[in-house]
Amino acid sequence: MDARHTASASAPLNRRQLLKAGAGSAAALSIGFALPLSPRQAQAQASNTFAPHAWLRLTPDNRVTVLCGSSEMGQGVLTAIPMLLAEELDADWRLVGVEQAPADGRYNNPMFGMQATGGSTTVRAHWTPLRQAGAAAREMLVAAAAAQWQLPAAQLRTERGHVLGPAGQKVAYGALVAAASQQAVPSAPKLKASADFKILGRPTRRLDTPAKTNGTARYGIDAQVEGMVIAVLSRAPFEGAKPRRMDEAAARAVKGVVQVITLPFGVAVLAQGYWSAQQGRQALKLEWDLSAKPEQAALSASQVSALLQQGAEQASAVAVDQGNLKDASAQAAKTLSARYEVPYLAHACMEPLNCLAWVQADRAEVWTGTQGSGPTQMVVAQVAGVPQANVKVNTSLLGGGFGRRFAHDVTIAATLLSKISGRPVKLIYDRADDMAAGFYRPASVVQFEGALDAQGRPTMLRADVGSPSIMAASGFMKIPESGVDSMAVEGLADQPYDIANLRIAYGRAEPGPQVWFWRSVGHSQNAFFLESFIDEMAHAAGADPLQFRLAALSKQPRLQAVLRLAAAKAGWGKKPAKGVYRGIAAAESFGSFVAEVAEVSVGKDGVPKVHRVVAAVDCGQTVNPLTIQHQVESAICYGLSAALYGKITHKDGRVEQSNFHDYPVLRLSEMPKIEVHLVASQEAPGGIGEPGTPPLAPAVANAIFAATGVRLRQLPIDPALLVVKKTG
Amino acid sequence: MSQFRLHINGEVRQVDVAPDTPLLWVLRDSLDLAGTKYGCGVGACGACTVHLNGVPTRSCMTPVATVGLKKVLTIEGLDAQARHPLQQAWVELDVPQCGYCQAGQIMTAAALLKENPKPSDADIDGAMSGNLCRCATYLRIRAGIHRAAEIAAVPVKSPVSRKTKPQAKEGV
Repeated sequence: MDARHTASASAPLNRRQLLKAGAGSAAALSIGFALPLSPRQAQAQASNTFAPHAWLRLTPDNRVTVLCGSSEMGQGVLTAIPMLLAEELDADWRLVGVEQAPADGRYNNPMFGMQATGGSTTVRAHWTPLRQAGAAAREMLVAAAAAQWQLPAAQLRTERGHVLGPAGQKVAYGALVAAASQQAVPSAPKLKASADFKILGRPTRRLDTPAKTNGTARYGIDAQVEGMVIAVLSRAPFEGAKPRRMDEAAARAVKGVVQVITLPFGVAVLAQGYWSAQQGRQALKLEWDLSAKPEQAALSASQVSALLQQGAEQASAVAVDQGNLKDASAQAAKTLSARYEVPYLAHACMEPLNCLAWVQADRAEVWTGTQGSGPTQMVVAQVAGVPQANVKVNTSLLGGGFGRRFAHDVTIAATLLSKISGRPVKLIYDRADDMAAGFYRPASVVQFEGALDAQGRPTMLRADVGSPSIMAASGFMKIPESGVDSMAVEGLADQPYDIANLRIAYGRAEPGPQVWFWRSVGHSQNAFFLESFIDEMAHAAGADPLQFRLAALSKQPRLQAVLRLAAAKAGWGKKPAKGVYRGIAAAESFGSFVAEVAEVSVGKDGVPKVHRVVAAVDCGQTVNPLTIQHQVESAICYGLSAALYGKITHKDGRVEQSNFHDYPVLRLSEMPKIEVHLVASQEAPGGIGEPGTPPLAPAVANAIFAATGVRLRQLPIDPALLVVKKTG
Repeated sequence: MSQFRLHINGEVRQVDVAPDTPLLWVLRDSLDLAGTKYGCGVGACGACTVHLNGVPTRSCMTPVATVGLKKVLTIEGLDAQARHPLQQAWVELDVPQCGYCQAGQIMTAAALLKENPKPSDADIDGAMSGNLCRCATYLRIRAGIHRAAEIAAVPVKSPVSRKTKPQAKEGV
């Protein structure tokens, strides 16, 4: 548990440790209040801007600009970060605006030790430092007014962008810009009690909506610079594959094409515009020589499955081993076993991946929507061969991230292409490139065994997981000596139920495709596995799935509370509409607790329809309840798309899916009703971008079991299974 | 390459591009109108939706040579003050998340409202189901269209206009 202390200090990071550290302890994660700008620097701008540190600019027109170092991918950080600072500043929220900060160590995410956005950490990591930043600025403004009025600061108070004196004095913050800049920056500013919050915890509209409705919002794909060319890239189907045949001359003959560049991992066509680049690529008639790795060239979905199965069967890296499983089985009133499996998944962000890079003699600049502004700076410096200080990263809005934009494949390629061509190059993956480029949610298999005693209580759980390792694939983490990739078993190794005899083991299986973080990471599959198998246990015990869970969660009051709330709001125990059945599931992830009840019917054709999802959420103290509601809805739908349709499969070494026709995502006409209910909580803030995803798939699968008696142990849901055995 | 004269957002613009260039890339690469987005390139996601003579059209599948003198309307030209009822409703109901698909959503919805000023849920689902949103802000898109229909029917200012609030700087 010492991770919280090392987290802020050292990179590279162990993401899992950091996430662990963050769970329930964000308040303890204070980076110490290191003000990134010295008072002298502040004075230099004193005449027209009060900028006591890197996060704030206050101008004489009373406008407050907050600089946000986190990346906005829809999760609302461009609003949440200003809210944190504005609360303690006692700012007039109507005068608060936001700007994206550059890549700069001063904006490091304290939970990561680098400037990066992911793991549902932004609010948790900045809850204390951004409030301290606002409080420090407020104290400086108060000190300035106190000096002017020759009163003790203790007699003054602040309200909505003004300092108020005891005799009715009132001065707007903007009028104090110069004087406040002369004040010393307090090292331990006093923070408000949560009961005094005026901005935090109130539903607040996003600051970035107008730009997103009038065509002015700028994403990476919109970046432009004089002399820029557009590149498209055919990536090798796997590392080591080389072009066997291509017609470079034909590509160059296409109007607008300026260059064809072969990289170690693909072939790029550079052109004056995107369309010319695509035409040039087609003219290449590129064929790959796949002989370097015959097993990769032959990779198929069934091979992937067999390798994962082998991993599970040989799982020897033990994450948890307690009690005596053999005795528990021997003494059990009932035992059960089951095998579950999920496929690789693509993120399929609406904005296909892209990066504009410009490498010049001793410096480089990139424009891209990245979840890792800091790591991007480092990577570009390495690839361009220039000092990191000479790399400027312009972080644009992200047209979806979901973990995918934490990877640097497109940035590396764009930087290389610019370095080789000597031009500014904007590399754009088309949808098929994006989908085939790897960085998938790992496919995974788990073999479960469970036991119940005569009272129907769970006494034993064994899980053997076979899956590829994100830690190994990440490039910045290492599998620890235990051999357990903690992300492969998260949600299982820390399973919440009262089960005395427990063994969770991991067997690494590497079919080949690059794996990566995908919204809710290991929880995305492990909650499906565990919460489905718990449902199987409940059924075997003849118990109600809700009551079975509640009875076995004696040490989990927060999970119990969300289960109770979701069940109550959904009318659990009351009869749903004819043909509609309910399933329930819950999970803790990223410091938050979420339970979901799904209401599902199954058509004669076996196609399930999800009518309603009722979610209950305990994410601790809240910043913006509106964002929480939106993120939980979004996370539910992300999980539902995956449960209904999501799979990346391989045939002859190639990804079979290429676009939204064969990698469908949820549409408006398929939307369930969604209710999000919050548990009032004074606990430390939890994450909210991801925790809504894990319970969705098991809630739906458990509802389908209630409807049909068919236990779905594989995703995506196969309607064919539901036609045959449907009983209701 | 060939010269084309296009009517875009009330102006005549001239471009010199290959005739098979999709309108999307003419807008984005030649005319600096980047509000229209690329999502799939095959008409499967709706992010690139513009109006051609008022008809919502996938610009990624529309060769520039077929546009002729049809009037092209993009998100940038939807309303001179960016106060189209849909834009007002979108702000009021906090519709976008990442926002990338929203130009296409709004253009499709604008065409729906023109044809059907008071659409039902079913009308909206029918018209909007070709526009994908990976953040799945769909419930708010549906609510936003209903709200826009109300705003359009009662020509008064939306009571919760954020007019007085500073907007996020362009480019963030």
